[in-house]
Amino acid sequence: MTDRALAVVRAGALTTVQDLGRPGHAHLGVPRSGALDAPAAALVNRLVGNPVTAAVLETTLNGCALRPRSAVTVAVGGAPCAVSVDGRPAAWGAAVRVPAGALLEVGAAVAGVRSYVAVAGGITVEPVLGSRSTDLLSGLGPAPLAGGTVLPLGRPYGPHARVDVAPQPRPPAELVLRVTPGPRADWFTPRALTVFTSRPYRVSPAGNRIGLRTEGPALERARTGELPSEGMVLGAVQVPPDGRPVVFLADHPTTGGYPVIAVVRHRDLPAAAQAAPGTPVRFLAVGRR
Amino acid sequence: MRILPVGESALLVEVSGGQEAEALHAELVRRRAEGLLAVREIVPAARTVLLDGLAEPDRVAAELAAAQVPPVLPRGERIVELPVRYDGPDLGTVAAHWGVPAREVARVHAATEFRVAFCGFAPGFGYLTGLPERCHVPRRSSPRTAVPAGAVALAGAYTGVYPRSSPGGWQLIGTTDAVLWDHTRVPAALLTPGTRVRFVPVGRVGGS
Repeated sequence: MTDRALAVVRAGALTTVQDLGRPGHAHLGVPRSGALDAPAAALVNRLVGNPVTAAVLETTLNGCALRPRSAVTVAVGGAPCAVSVDGRPAAWGAAVRVPAGALLEVGAAVAGVRSYVAVAGGITVEPVLGSRSTDLLSGLGPAPLAGGTVLPLGRPYGPHARVDVAPQPRPPAELVLRVTPGPRADWFTPRALTVFTSRPYRVSPAGNRIGLRTEGPALERARTGELPSEGMVLGAVQVPPDGRPVVFLADHPTTGGYPVIAVVRHRDLPAAAQAAPGTPVRFLAVGRR
Repeated sequence: MRILPVGESALLVEVSGGQEAEALHAELVRRRAEGLLAVREIVPAARTVLLDGLAEPDRVAAELAAAQVPPVLPRGERIVELPVRYDGPDLGTVAAHWGVPAREVARVHAATEFRVAFCGFAPGFGYLTGLPERCHVPRRSSPRTAVPAGAVALAGAYTGVYPRSSPGGWQLIGTTDAVLWDHTRVPAALLTPGTRVRFVPVGRVGGS
């Protein structure tokens, strides 16, 4: 392996390689995958001069530690966290130079859930169906990082961005998800529809890249029986038998048999990726546009 | 045909049954190939076809509502033959549901021409239709935590083959060495919606 590589010293709770995912294969049962907070991943890529298609690292809650074999430019964004190079504090949300062999530490998220680490040149693991993303549902793409993993890096694309600190949205204190009812709202009682869009929910700690699980009042069905499996979209709010809504995120299954009461606006999903367990959630009914 | 809006950019088209869904899927794929339909994903399922990634879902919905979808299945799709050993641990359970000896399950299954109605559950897992209604069986009451790759299984109206080891609740009747999914191969999935499938028995029923 060349010295364009990054050794994983501390993998953290769950750190994965992510890019824009592999849409277009849902009919084969392949989830779209990709960075959950896509705007944050795009921002750190731009900070190091990468195109938005370059693969980055997505951490979960407690960051990671990395050691590049040659000097690299990195940027950390998404969930705010402490960043250091060989123990010296470094900038979050800006390009940082890491010397060869130095230790880059991405600290625990002080708010939000997922921090993103871009390296100039991108992470260049072998793509699968056009994407380097780790898909936790179907196991496509590279395995989640482990201590000792060595990741290949591409050649830098060009100069990094000349900004001190790029503005980024704060992780939500309350997660407001605008939803369009349907396609299976008629599987629920009118009371359930009212409860869904008026009562508070909370982000459950059981969520993952497949779905944001919620805690709160159970939604009562108007009809029993099984819904034959049907295609699922990103942001679908599926209601399993326990009645607690689950918002489908990037690694969601492509088909499913629980009724979808509503679909979350795509623009609201990056905030959902940063809503820590316990964050209040409000579903706000809106029209289709 | 019922057209249900799904969020900002998708439509779920619901039809009366599996054959109608397969015919609609074939028609939508044809339209996309001819440049008449701009859509990112066309996902067939049991009784629906999902269109996702539409720039103008309302216009597409109006077009579909006015369209005549031929209710015929296209012919001449490629046929895939899967070698199978009818040695699954649930062969006896399935035989009991059908009210026949185990070797008759193998004979009927191998004599059936299947079609991939849709995929899902895992990359490369196809839901194959073709068995008559009297041969439909329930899922196992408790799913297995690990079903081996290549297991040939039945549940409801469907036959499926597990592309890789995973938990599963289907009744296992056999095993194939065919590689259902290989992401280094083009195409990665051996079974795609519309593909015709035959199971070709190898070895003795009940294991060799």
